[in-house]
Amino acid sequence: MEKTYYDPADLKKFGNVAEFGPELAGKFFDYYGDVFKEGALTAREKSLIALAVAHTIQCPYCIDAYTSDSLEKGSTEQQMMEAVHVATAIRGGASLVHGVQMMNKVKKLSM
Amino acid sequence: MGAEAMIKSLQARHHDLADQTTQLNILSNGIFKEGLLPTFADKIAPLGHFPLKPSKIEIFQVNVGYMCNQVCKHCHVDAGPDRKEIMTRETMQQCLDVIANTGIHTLDLTGGAPEMNPDFRWFVVEANKRGVREIIVRSNLTIILANPKYHDLPGFFKENKVRVVSSLPFYQAAKTDRQRGQGVFERSIKALEMLNAVGYGKEGSGLTLDLVYNPSGAFLPGNQAELEKDFKKELKEHFDIDFNGLFTITNMPISRFLEFLVRTENYEEYMEKLVMAFNPAAVAGVMCRNTISIDYDGYMYDCDFNQMLGLKVAKDAGQHIREFDIKKLEDRSIAINQHCYGCTAGAGSSCQGTVA
Repeated sequence: MEKTYYDPADLKKFGNVAEFGPELAGKFFDYYGDVFKEGALTAREKSLIALAVAHTIQCPYCIDAYTSDSLEKGSTEQQMMEAVHVATAIRGGASLVHGVQMMNKVKKLSM
Repeated sequence: MGAEAMIKSLQARHHDLADQTTQLNILSNGIFKEGLLPTFADKIAPLGHFPLKPSKIEIFQVNVGYMCNQVCKHCHVDAGPDRKEIMTRETMQQCLDVIANTGIHTLDLTGGAPEMNPDFRWFVVEANKRGVREIIVRSNLTIILANPKYHDLPGFFKENKVRVVSSLPFYQAAKTDRQRGQGVFERSIKALEMLNAVGYGKEGSGLTLDLVYNPSGAFLPGNQAELEKDFKKELKEHFDIDFNGLFTITNMPISRFLEFLVRTENYEEYMEKLVMAFNPAAVAGVMCRNTISIDYDGYMYDCDFNQMLGLKVAKDAGQHIREFDIKKLEDRSIAINQHCYGCTAGAGSSCQGTVA
């Protein structure tokens, strides 16, 4: 086993997951490819969403891939940082909004 | 990253990578020699394209000199104000004589800033007199504002029905200036306004103004049609600029871009990216198959990139314009090396944009 959990070289081996289960991998990669095709959203917009999600789930592979991809699609650095802030706002907001739950409980328990 | 004072050419800095042999050594050895990545020859052989052969020679791309008013960080020519190589009128005459006697229909003028050659206007006027179907000038835009003697270039281009092809790596200042120099974006926009004012890029004018996008770093260009849409929208909305087409061009791992790749430790990953993106369908459309590149001294090359690497056309095809023999040239084998992956990645890349 490697000494670290993450190796940047593993990103290029993503497709190798088919080795242990080709059928599901095939379905996943077909779906993946279709998801990122230009549709009602442009390919550039989809790449920015992927970049934001990558930061939410803190996936280093995805951050690597969608930073390059966003640059290739012509996104600006400001747009990329704004996407990260959207992820951050939702993520932080998701914690904060539970404060209401905490308050509800406090109010129920308190005299 | 970050804007800074104008850099000098690799040549003026006596940089190792100003030397063509050093560049070719890097491209031929390392990851390719070790077999970690296939060579370009290995990649095109199974497709029946090795040795790579021309189709029909239709375009003369003439590099009239390496002098330029800009020093762009990615420049494959290593051009700049300190470069003195310049084509003489005599060599231009030889090019015109060849064009008159062949089916070559396009004269594509490049540099450096081609407009800085003192015989540039003479060359364009003469080419027009001889009925060359299309004259392309690869203008860096800022030259139009660099000196009062260039301010009338848009009018000159119009009179001579020149097709103007200009680099603008992004529709915003920051990315453009980081690559091409401080203030370049603002001056490019002014030049575009001047070109628009005489009709370039305007519907129905018959005057074509194309822009060239290249990535501002070690990544590949995105989809040409989508980037064109973005450029059109942004340039219209913010600067009221019109243009015809956008060509996406992949940065070639030679000269100043190679220096950047090596210095920032991006070289191996960039080459891997190019190899991974190899598109068999792009091979047939590579520009070296229908273009001859000529240097300031009259020597011929398979493309402008090979010119900068000093890879002349095959010896038995005749290497100087005075020996021009279309039969021999169309029968030659094209010189290739690993930089050629730049033209076959993704949708392919050429001086006319994508090819596949």
